[in-house]
Amino acid sequence: MSGVRHLYVHLPFCAHRCGYCDFVTVVGREGQHAAYVDAVLAELEHERGVLAPDVETVFLGGGTPTFTEPSELARLLSVLPAADEVTVEANPETVTPELAELLRASGVSRISLGAQSFQPALLEVLERRASPTAIRRGVHTLRGVGFDNISLDLVYGIPGQNAADLDSDLAEALALEPEHLSCYELEAKPGTRFTHAHGEELSRQADAMEGYFEQVVDRLTAAGYRWYETANFARVGERELRARHNLGYWLGRDYLGLGIGAVSTVDGERRRNLPSLSRYVAALSRGGKPPREVEPIDPATAARERLLLGLRLDGPVVLADVEGAVDREAMGRLAGMGLVELTANGRGEELRLTRRGRFLGGGVTAELLA
Amino acid sequence: MQQDRIRNFAIIAHIDHGKSTLADRILELTGAVSERDMREQLLDSMELERERGITIKAQAVRVSWKGHQLNLIDTPGHVDFTYEVSRSLQACEGALLVVDAAQGIEAQTLANAYLAIDGGLEIVPAANKIDLPQADPDGAAKELGDLLGEEPDRVLRISAKTGVGVDEVLDAIVERIPPPGGDPDAPARALVFDSSYDQYRGVVAFVRVVDGTFSTREPLRAMAQGTEFDAEEIGVMSPARTPIDSLSAGEVGYVITGLKDVSRLRVGDTLTSRRRPADGPLPGYQDVKPMVFAGIFPTDSDDYPELRDALERLKLNDASLSYEPETSQALGFGFRCGFLGLLHMEIVRERLEREFDLDLLITAPNVAYRATTRTGEEVEVHNPAEMPRELEQVEEPYVKASVIVPKDYVGAVMELANERRGTFDHMEYLSEGRVLLLYELPLGEIVLDFYDQLKSRTRGYASFDYDLAGFKPGDLTRVDILVAGEQVDALSLIIHRDFAYDRGRQLVERLREEIPRQMIDVPVQAAIGSRVIARETIKARRKDVLAKCYGGDITRKRKLLEKQKKGKKRMKQVGSVEVPQEAFLAVLNLDSERKRT
Repeated sequence: MSGVRHLYVHLPFCAHRCGYCDFVTVVGREGQHAAYVDAVLAELEHERGVLAPDVETVFLGGGTPTFTEPSELARLLSVLPAADEVTVEANPETVTPELAELLRASGVSRISLGAQSFQPALLEVLERRASPTAIRRGVHTLRGVGFDNISLDLVYGIPGQNAADLDSDLAEALALEPEHLSCYELEAKPGTRFTHAHGEELSRQADAMEGYFEQVVDRLTAAGYRWYETANFARVGERELRARHNLGYWLGRDYLGLGIGAVSTVDGERRRNLPSLSRYVAALSRGGKPPREVEPIDPATAARERLLLGLRLDGPVVLADVEGAVDREAMGRLAGMGLVELTANGRGEELRLTRRGRFLGGGVTAELLA
Repeated sequence: MQQDRIRNFAIIAHIDHGKSTLADRILELTGAVSERDMREQLLDSMELERERGITIKAQAVRVSWKGHQLNLIDTPGHVDFTYEVSRSLQACEGALLVVDAAQGIEAQTLANAYLAIDGGLEIVPAANKIDLPQADPDGAAKELGDLLGEEPDRVLRISAKTGVGVDEVLDAIVERIPPPGGDPDAPARALVFDSSYDQYRGVVAFVRVVDGTFSTREPLRAMAQGTEFDAEEIGVMSPARTPIDSLSAGEVGYVITGLKDVSRLRVGDTLTSRRRPADGPLPGYQDVKPMVFAGIFPTDSDDYPELRDALERLKLNDASLSYEPETSQALGFGFRCGFLGLLHMEIVRERLEREFDLDLLITAPNVAYRATTRTGEEVEVHNPAEMPRELEQVEEPYVKASVIVPKDYVGAVMELANERRGTFDHMEYLSEGRVLLLYELPLGEIVLDFYDQLKSRTRGYASFDYDLAGFKPGDLTRVDILVAGEQVDALSLIIHRDFAYDRGRQLVERLREEIPRQMIDVPVQAAIGSRVIARETIKARRKDVLAKCYGGDITRKRKLLEKQKKGKKRMKQVGSVEVPQEAFLAVLNLDSERKRT
């Protein structure tokens, strides 16, 4: 019996594909926004049955969702189910007062703004179009129409960036008092244009970059943010400001994804829509389902995923929930190295990473997996 | 065949001086092989032998020449195979000593000639390759004459390649080499001088009949081991296996034993008939003791049983190979193998890899040590990790090394020998431009790369041979390597105290480079006893985490971690540190050791 409470919608259109990007994006083909939205809504109708009556979160990701033709964006938002948290990803240069009003009026409650950096030279390396001024203006515009839950994305480890640059990026971001911050180390994915252009520089600065993660965590926690997920920080206060949609992923809940490249996990099955825009639109306009890959997720796999996702959070993983996924011997060894902590209470045994363990989360998790 | 019409002979030569070509030509000339069937170096049946152009396994072939039966026993020419040569020589009354007329006498020419002389063999010298423009037949003949105390005129001048002089060689064999002795009417005795394994028919023994007669179906006994079997088939190689009814005193041939267990018939044993057994065995061969040891491990531990079977098979063809199971913390299950020398080790490795399709790691070799503990106990140590720590004295094997080199390179050879703790013995001029240098050297100093170094420092001109010269005490010490405070058995080494610090430092530095950074700081130390002589720290990683993980990333991320986990399972646990096997391989691997030096 399903009752999926988390809905993701992929809006792939972008004005320009940034060199480091490896998401499913579409540049140009502006004439197809309407057809795409039609297709997404058609897919929603196919999947309506798996959604719970009360959807908890909706997340519009991209691409650049706010690059989508405003009328089409509004049409989409008007049909999507209402939810406690509706997040839209935006690029700062797209945030005009009109767009901000539109989003607000369409029930959007949270904006995730792709700032990445506040230094023109580094923004240029990333091929981002927004200037630092545009980022600040975007935040003020959103505040102006009443958004009180804004997340900023930052990227660190940009070729040419040093620790002082990172420090000033963090300071600039904090000055905008975002409710939430996502900080990612730049991943130079093999095969991207970016890796081709900057790969050597990145490996040269690999040593220096090792300290950046710690620098980010130190700075943001000192500023009153909770390091609640490996790369995510929420302001501590009276309101819950963690990203509820993403928490759904990290807690191992089912979710439904619509649009090209979108992934769903529903009832022991993971479906990944193929990335072709034209095939997606064609299939749905014929009344069919989108072309997709299906991967069964058996209970053992699901337990492993709950472990690896759960360990990204600052809360504990209840061992009974990940039965069979944990290598007990490795756990003991890692505890001896001060990387994990095992506690017991009313819920049974709980496992969590120590602070150092979280910095080494990948290696620790790999070792913990049975 | 009457005994006085039999001649048993071997061909001995330095590597590449044309021994196998001469054997081929003899087969052709005597009609044993038609020209059409002639294949270069027919006697070298192993793929490896043909490829390297060297002979490893001795073979015995019967040919006819002017009413005589000639048994040609081919021999290896390399320093490591002295034992195989001496085995072959025991089945002969004479030897053809072949020297490349363009090169003259080389180190192995001397070694093999002395073996033959010591064995009481009649030597027929031949200067080969006289067709080469740079050949100096007179010079070579003079060197050979001096060596053997014969007139240079008695040295044959031949070209095995073109066939010039080969019939004179055959005539000389008949004229100069005595027929075999032995009593044809005495109880039968035959010396097993070689053996091979036939997948279908079991152990095939190559024998030289000394007394009496052996017939097909005869019930036999191997006198030393007591193994009993029937001669399923008796025959001669001509050059393919050709069954005959019987082999009599003086003759050379093969016996198919039907034995499936290779260890039940050892080379050097004496066969006799159970119907009318001989009183006692022939004098056996000396038991050769391997002096060079190395660990052989399968790269994939699942291949261990295959490796064990393969060694068992090789052992049949190669009596000088020894092995015993070894368990290494770093490398898993394998064998500590004993070899006659470095080439022997290389050949065993290559045969294991090619003939048995095994993927192997072979550790840097060490020699045998004799240790006396403080309590007066004496032990022979083949593995540095087994060297007792409380030592009164350690003895290491020495060799008498002979190097023949053009006189311009004498300085370079002396320098190398001095670096390797060599003691100069003496030097003599073989001819105006060529010098024989004799040194006493610790075997441990030559096992790794001495020969490579010698070749490179003399532009390939030096030839080298050695004889074991007993054990001598040395200022040797055991150096242990510790990773995260735990000793890594496979990395222990025994080394002269003067070199201990440098070698310890090198190893520790290489390990620091090879072991990936861990989640905690990992000290890597070299120690003599409890005293640390070198230390490096592999700094802990500060970060190891994938930046993002959202709904679309989960499968990829999970697979990545599962793969990482699988990778970790292949790692070796040293204390709380997981070291990829590759790191140990990089440090221990013989090839990388050679590159390093």
